[in-house]
Amino acid sequence: MTPAPSSRSMLPTYLQVAPLTVVLTFFFIIPVGLVVLVSFFRYQMLVGIVPDFTLKNYVDLLTNPTTWTLYRSTLKFTLIVLAITFVLGFWIAYFLVFHVRNLLTAIGLFLVCTVPFWTSNIIRMISWRPVLGKEGLINTALLNSGAIDRPIEWLLYSDFSVIVAYVHLFTLFMIVPIFNSMARIDKSLLEAAVDAGATRWGVIWNVVLPLSKTGIALGALFVVTLVMGDFFVVTVMSGGLSGSATSGIFNDLQFLNYPRAAANAVILLIIVLLIAASIFRLVDVRKELVR
Amino acid sequence: MSSASPSYGSRPWTFYVLALLFTLFVIFLYGPMLAVLVLSFQGPSASLVFPLRDPSLMWFDELFNPRRTGDVVGAFNRSLPLALVVMTLTVLISVTAGFAFRRRFKGATLIFYTAIASLIVPGLVLSIGTIVTFRYLGLSASWNTSGLGAHLSWALPFGLLIMFAVLGRLNPSYEEAAYDLGASKWQTVKEVVVPIVFPGMIAVALFGFTLSYDEFPRSWLTVGSKNTLPLEIWTMTTNVTSPALYALGTVTTIISFLVIAIALSSILFIQRKRSRGK
Repeated sequence: MTPAPSSRSMLPTYLQVAPLTVVLTFFFIIPVGLVVLVSFFRYQMLVGIVPDFTLKNYVDLLTNPTTWTLYRSTLKFTLIVLAITFVLGFWIAYFLVFHVRNLLTAIGLFLVCTVPFWTSNIIRMISWRPVLGKEGLINTALLNSGAIDRPIEWLLYSDFSVIVAYVHLFTLFMIVPIFNSMARIDKSLLEAAVDAGATRWGVIWNVVLPLSKTGIALGALFVVTLVMGDFFVVTVMSGGLSGSATSGIFNDLQFLNYPRAAANAVILLIIVLLIAASIFRLVDVRKELVR
Repeated sequence: MSSASPSYGSRPWTFYVLALLFTLFVIFLYGPMLAVLVLSFQGPSASLVFPLRDPSLMWFDELFNPRRTGDVVGAFNRSLPLALVVMTLTVLISVTAGFAFRRRFKGATLIFYTAIASLIVPGLVLSIGTIVTFRYLGLSASWNTSGLGAHLSWALPFGLLIMFAVLGRLNPSYEEAAYDLGASKWQTVKEVVVPIVFPGMIAVALFGFTLSYDEFPRSWLTVGSKNTLPLEIWTMTTNVTSPALYALGTVTTIISFLVIAIALSSILFIQRKRSRGK
């Protein structure tokens, strides 16, 4: 950003960035490095981790059909949630930026969307129980109105409730970055497009969508990594019926089988990083951030 | 003017459709939280669903006089200081790092992408890594050592991203102008830099506090034998089948709202003070 005047020493800059680097080294680089290392170690009953170099953990996992089922289920959730949160996030951001004309109102409504993010995720998850349960609000209302004569069972502890909870928890991660990108679009561009004969959809498709792609990319990055790495939402909201990629890791940890848990974690990490890398290929996020 | 541009002229029909979508979304966001709030006042029938019978405060009482509900107070007494420490460190470290990134330096890109990677690495993976690291170092995991580090690895990148956005607005020519007008280095920081950066710092503080206070996956293995609040709630979801769980939900939500209110009102206060001129 700032052209570095060559007369000034770089020392202060390195001192400023040193604390961040130290924390990242000790609590990110070394831990993740150790996970990779331990994934090649051997697990022995009662002893735990035995240093070794073996591919057994990976072979075990990749030849186990359960692993594939769990990853398929996680990918399915990821794609569905990504699609729903994108559609919701895009239109809500679009509404706030282009339809709400008073800036203060727009900021106020934006805050209304963001406040739940700062409250406990677990509580927000549990709060679906009295709504979706067998005797919950929705079932009671439907029963009383006579629309159904038996409670709908699949509302809670099902794939449906898992997706509801994900959308509830993670849509914000789409709204905020897309809102940010859209707020920077010069409104006269839209006017110019209209003057040049573009239709309503033409403007959205050819002007708004391309100019919000950084926000969409960042939002997708958040949603994908949050859903892929989740264990707790899927466990609570499916009532233990559905698993996720991390369920396997969780089970291995219960038996203190760190090497296999680590191998599974590495597989998960590789998939997440591949998705992240493909998103970064589409958009240079850093350049857009400091724009 | 044509109605194809939504920002001008009479309101197009899409306004009403999207306003409806927005309203439904807000109901979707807050509705379940309201349900929990109301049900936490459930009477002795201990029913977990509506209707609310004989409203009472008994479940709040149960929460603070634990017979069955576990160590909520103890968990809170760990979560709060932890969140405050994470908040302070996040502000200090990400603000200084943010200033470093205003200049080009060797390794900037590497550190930036490491921070991003730290943000997107699944929390559980990091939890395993941290616990294994501590085991090899011969240290035992505890909420104020390994737990603190795990929380920082997630709060710092958030803080850094906010600082990028904030410092992007701090044009270096403002500082140069201050120097040219004869301000000392300290005066420039105090009169030019801090006023522009301060609201962003409060945002970073809010993120640091809440990311730690509510964090689950990164806490799960790393806090050791004593639970933080989210872990305590998690245990309760499986053991406790009484509205005490909802009462706890109400209490934590109120605390979160207090923190948000403090942060937002101090930002507003600063903005107003600034726009009035000193």
